[in-house]
Amino acid sequence: MNHLPQAWGRPRDDIYGAYDSSYLQSHGPNQHTQQPIVTGTSVVALKFKDGVIIAADNLASYGSLARFTDVKRLRTFADTSVVGFGGDVSDMQYLDRLLTSLDTEEAYSSSGHTLNAHNLHTYLSKVFYKRRSDFNPLWNQILVAGLDGESKPFLASADLLGTTFSSPSLATGFGAHLAQPLLRKVAPDEEAAAKLSKEQALEAVKESMKVLFYRDARSLDNYSIAVITKDGIDLKENEKLEKQSWAFADQIRGYGTQIN
Amino acid sequence: MEFGTSGMLNEDGIHVDMDRLKKGEVNLGTSIMAINFKDGVILGADSRTTTGAYIANRVTDKLTQVHDTIWCCRSGSAADTQAVADIVHYQLGMYATANNRPPTTQTAAAMFQELCYENKDRLSAGLIIAGWDERHGGQVYSIPLGGSLHKQSYAIGGSGSTYIYGYCDSNWREGMDEEAAVKFVKGALREAIKWDGSSGGVIRMVVLTQKGANRHLYLPDTDYAVRHQ
Amino acid sequence: MCLSALNPNTRAIVPGAPKVQQTTELQRPLQIPIHPQLLTLRTSQPTLEHHGTGYDLTNSVFSPDGRNFQVEYAVKAVENGGTSIGIRCKDGVVLAVEKIITSKLLKAGANKRIATIDRHVGAVSSGLVPDGRHFVSRARDEAASWRSTYKTPITTKDLASRMGGYLQAYTLYSSVRPFGITAIVAGWDSELELPVDGQVGSGPSIGSGGKVEGMTFGGPGLYMIEPSGMYWGYYGAATGKGRQTAKAELEKLDLAALKLSLQDGVKEAAKIIYVAHADNKDKEFELEMTWISNLDGPTKGRHQEVPKDILEEAENLAKKYLEGEDDEETKDDDKPAEGDKMEE
Repeated sequence: MNHLPQAWGRPRDDIYGAYDSSYLQSHGPNQHTQQPIVTGTSVVALKFKDGVIIAADNLASYGSLARFTDVKRLRTFADTSVVGFGGDVSDMQYLDRLLTSLDTEEAYSSSGHTLNAHNLHTYLSKVFYKRRSDFNPLWNQILVAGLDGESKPFLASADLLGTTFSSPSLATGFGAHLAQPLLRKVAPDEEAAAKLSKEQALEAVKESMKVLFYRDARSLDNYSIAVITKDGIDLKENEKLEKQSWAFADQIRGYGTQIN
Repeated sequence: MEFGTSGMLNEDGIHVDMDRLKKGEVNLGTSIMAINFKDGVILGADSRTTTGAYIANRVTDKLTQVHDTIWCCRSGSAADTQAVADIVHYQLGMYATANNRPPTTQTAAAMFQELCYENKDRLSAGLIIAGWDERHGGQVYSIPLGGSLHKQSYAIGGSGSTYIYGYCDSNWREGMDEEAAVKFVKGALREAIKWDGSSGGVIRMVVLTQKGANRHLYLPDTDYAVRHQ
Repeated sequence: MCLSALNPNTRAIVPGAPKVQQTTELQRPLQIPIHPQLLTLRTSQPTLEHHGTGYDLTNSVFSPDGRNFQVEYAVKAVENGGTSIGIRCKDGVVLAVEKIITSKLLKAGANKRIATIDRHVGAVSSGLVPDGRHFVSRARDEAASWRSTYKTPITTKDLASRMGGYLQAYTLYSSVRPFGITAIVAGWDSELELPVDGQVGSGPSIGSGGKVEGMTFGGPGLYMIEPSGMYWGYYGAATGKGRQTAKAELEKLDLAALKLSLQDGVKEAAKIIYVAHADNKDKEFELEMTWISNLDGPTKGRHQEVPKDILEEAENLAKKYLEGEDDEETKDDDKPAEGDKMEE
């Protein structure tokens, strides 16, 4: 082994190779968040006659590890809006605190709350865009559900790039592939959504959650669901998927021609 | 091993701790955990520190005090987690003198979380915070790599933890007495040490209750059966 | 405003010393120019100095008997302000202020005097209104800073402590004057365990182990902070012009027993403001009132305005009470119909 002072405090070259001192240089681009670590999967939402329904499961994954199974990813704001978060959980928590401070500042004026779901979505999308422009994105995809300034159902998405989108039904992540087509069937356009009853919408959203549980390897059968109407928010945070279908497995034998 | 810049998480997501280390950095390969029990919390850890396959320290103490009855378990980079623990130790001391009351576990968790979140691009630190305070009793918080904060009944962490998710989920009971709780922690850590090459050595524990902090030590050559401290 | 912006080296004018003008100009070459007429006035008219014999002209200079006259004058500003009170009830706290109408051209109900500091804390002050505004602004900053550091709401006590420290600093430097307000800070500190802001997960379903039995936490907080920076916790607090009357009324309530309910507290608060205003009858006023209930109560731990119907009910009771008192004591001239003021 090399006992010369030059080698003190350094990994051994014979084992680790010559030390790459470029790590000590500060030139080059600043590097911020490069990947999400603890993540939540899809959020799904659907407008109906009197409001919006939004749902997300309670799982926070660590890679493929189902690490935290009690993570509530729907956050209410001012009894009028719900934000559903997909993506990095630490950034979700940052945004949660940001919304808390926004809520506090709202309370400064005695006129009370002035921000509806539409305003909230605009605000959050600009936060996202600012952060991606700083090359330090908040690694989330979110849905904002609630009522707009005219008390009509509002639903829109925003993501880590600051991209926004609005539609009678929306889903993030895996849900965009699996749930969105199902939801579009019940509400192809605004007119169709405006005719949906709460029960019909609930059924469609729950069905979407079930399909996601079947087919998304980062999902959980425990989920949160919120119904936002003029009467307020009905948020349930510990729902269990119902009426799953597995029994047909006993019809399946082998992978083709096998009989027993 | 190159310092990865691909931005991809390994498929199993577990060896991400290793990937984030700089070349030659000392790694707390590690099995750590903390649990809530009837009278407070118990922290537990193995004692192995590795650089690659070499055991740099076989009797490491990964249980670190940051206030009288608030401790943490460290995993990831030894240097990073020590630095973070030192900062929080200082801040909690200041909090206690400035506000004339001891900090709560939540205060400590908030401070750890802020440091880990705001410096996520520079740290590899996976921490478990456990503490006892008058108002909340025993509490366990987990702060994994990205700097999120999770309150848990019990928390496990480090590379060895992946081998004991099943053991813990099956054997966990809420409101255990101290004897059962120590047995649970010891049983879990024994499995982690057994299956994880990066974990090993002695089992250390700290029991945090209204009475204060109480250390336990169990040695491998006596089959972890005798309490030595 | 950051204290480091205050210049501790600002030299004081030597009180009562001869050749004040000359000394001042030598010692304060770069300071804010003092209008020459002011200096002439002061040196040529010693009669103006009879209050503090010159020791009252600046902060940061004691009089020989150990008084800071600037602080005492600040208290005078407070004593001229509309009455503010706070009542600490068993399930919440009430704040009320007698808002003197300075002009008929002001919109009724506008220009609020009670402010929200954090979701669970409110503050009101008597004295110079702009000073009160600055107090509120600083208190909001303190509360937000606490929140971002500790990720939990600041307690009423800690907020009072920080604001006490802030006001005290304005008695130390000659470049500033003390706050011309006495502020009342009221809050409800959660009686339940709160999560760390942003945290997810919840711990054992049976609750944490090792909690100390029989201890209670949180509850109502009420503090009053004076221009000197001195602050105490109170069962009931009153400041401003009608404080003596208000204090006398508050003392009748036996608030230390902590039996008064928030609903009754609102009525008492309205009554006290009306009674205290009786000494100041020539001016019209509006009653402004806010409250913070416990988590089960009407505001769910948040600082909010007392709803209009409850406020009106409390005001009607207050007026009725006053009329009764008038009948007993003096058969004075008919009172002006005060009831019409609030509804425009």
